[in-house]
Amino acid sequence: MAIETFPSQPGKQPLNLKMVSGHAAVRRTINLLLASLIGGSALLGVGILFIILAYIIARGAPALNFDFFTKRPAPLGQAGGGVAPAILGSLTMVGIGALIGIPIGVGAAIYLAEFGRGRYAYTVRFVADLLTGLPSIAIGAFVWAVLVRRVFHGFNAVAGGVALAIIMIPIITRTVEEILRLVPNSLREASLALGTPTWKTILQVVLPVARGGIITGVVLSLARAGGETAPLLLTALGNEFFNFNLNEPMSSLPTQIYNYAKSPYADSHTKAWGSSLVLILVIGSLSLLTRLLTRRGQFKQ
Amino acid sequence: MAVQQALGSGEQRQREHTKATKALLAGRRGASGADPLFRGITIALAGVILMLLVAIFVILFNDARAALASYGIGLITGRVWNPQQQVFGILPYIYGTVYTSFIGLLIATPIAIGAALFIVEYAPNWLRGPISFVVELLAAIPSIIYGLWGFFVLGPFLRDHVERPILKNVLQNVPGLNQLVQGPAIGKDILVAGVILAIMILPTIMSVAREVIATVPGTQREGMLALGATRWEMIKGAVLPYARAGIIGSAMLGLGRALGETMAVTLTIGNSSPKIGWSLLTPGYTMASAIANQFNEADSPIYFSAVVSIALTLLVVSGIVNLLARLIVSRFGGDTRATGI
Repeated sequence: MAIETFPSQPGKQPLNLKMVSGHAAVRRTINLLLASLIGGSALLGVGILFIILAYIIARGAPALNFDFFTKRPAPLGQAGGGVAPAILGSLTMVGIGALIGIPIGVGAAIYLAEFGRGRYAYTVRFVADLLTGLPSIAIGAFVWAVLVRRVFHGFNAVAGGVALAIIMIPIITRTVEEILRLVPNSLREASLALGTPTWKTILQVVLPVARGGIITGVVLSLARAGGETAPLLLTALGNEFFNFNLNEPMSSLPTQIYNYAKSPYADSHTKAWGSSLVLILVIGSLSLLTRLLTRRGQFKQ
Repeated sequence: MAVQQALGSGEQRQREHTKATKALLAGRRGASGADPLFRGITIALAGVILMLLVAIFVILFNDARAALASYGIGLITGRVWNPQQQVFGILPYIYGTVYTSFIGLLIATPIAIGAALFIVEYAPNWLRGPISFVVELLAAIPSIIYGLWGFFVLGPFLRDHVERPILKNVLQNVPGLNQLVQGPAIGKDILVAGVILAIMILPTIMSVAREVIATVPGTQREGMLALGATRWEMIKGAVLPYARAGIIGSAMLGLGRALGETMAVTLTIGNSSPKIGWSLLTPGYTMASAIANQFNEADSPIYFSAVVSIALTLLVVSGIVNLLARLIVSRFGGDTRATGI
């Protein structure tokens, strides 16, 4: 133990030789103990997912039947009814969100990947990342303050769609930017060398090549938006009836789950689990599908 | 100069090559008439992102002004929130948010670091991908489903198997710690919300910590092992000190997510009259759950303004935490977007 410490790397923590001394049996025991704690943490992380999924399937499956997908919710306390308005509402508002969010997100991504240099591009990237991390309820409160209180003077489906668009835009921007960066430069150069203008090169060479990846990014953002509750609660509120008027409150699967969970009736609780099962199946299959798509090579030529 | 370039390394030539393409794409040379227009459109669309952030802050600040003007600093420091008497103090909600997030972080961080260490340092190659994938799937579950599960499963479970037999019976008799278990155990309280938050931020911390730990150079590990260190001693002496800053950043990203979490907390925290105290068993409110519960009752202008000022406070707090986390993580070799699914 003459040498206490020696520098492992300049400017980094020195290795401490005391750490590798002591009674061998004690050190082995500690090593084994920590290895099992570390293994246990991983097991816990994996296990908790399966526990939650098992509950959703076990409690949700009994709720699923034909009526569940085709009828509107029965009045509180009555058996029967379904969540058809919620499914339609979710589709409608995610659709509105996609209509607004995809052009903005993809356009911003084109700027960042194809032109983006300097301070402006850096700021856009940073702000997009920051927006992804902001609480979704704050985004909901923003849309509530602007569209619900000022413009429409009431809860409505358009406001819900706009809130979802704001959640989708930064996700689409950053994923699509990454994908566009993977497109080989030689393709751009070949097109430009033929005298094709830049805008045509991007729209007709770069985007088609990156199509698979762009779809992945967009679908992931749709999956995220489809599970959002708080922003929809503050903007579209929810609705027990079929509603095809975008100027009226609209139901969605997440807000319907919330309403069912809060109700005191066991039948409603079963329906809450059933709706969760439907929601997780849709989101899960979207995620899985896109993962499989991305694995099968994005740049087939 | 030109000759030097021609003789330069392949990598250097590649760089020049890319630069030329970028210059072409940027429309510096040979731009057609439509190119500046196209470029302008994409710049404007990118600008929408900047405008969104600005608009969110400006609108929320503008609408919170009425409450700020009426109550001043008391809006933040006031301990009473009573809409009937038009008394609005956010402090109990700030307290609920900070306390639940802190509990979540306290539980999730060691488990997440453990899982990250297992994936990088222990797991065989074929197991790494699947474990990361499964833990990250936790991030894909919508928060309302965590809320549902916490409300019907975790809450009652913690009440019957942790709060009553362990916390109440044991800690009750320990001076000091008995402050933590004041009041009846009902399974809808700060503790349940904290545990749900821990599960929800686990994938966030795990995936960033995993990336940071993976960037620790192999030589660092080998040096330690060559000294005869056990695997844990190697982790403690060579891996963790090296990855410390990045791990702190990953925990802060998790904290950022916990602060703004709404539905899962709203369903598990009990939402009863907010009291400020140390008890884990008090039902409370967080800033996010207070907004979710009260936005529809905010009929008078001042009540509306007070609710918006909760949103503004939440936005500022989580914005700062996120900003710091991203700066730390991006400086220490992690990818802050590894968390999304």
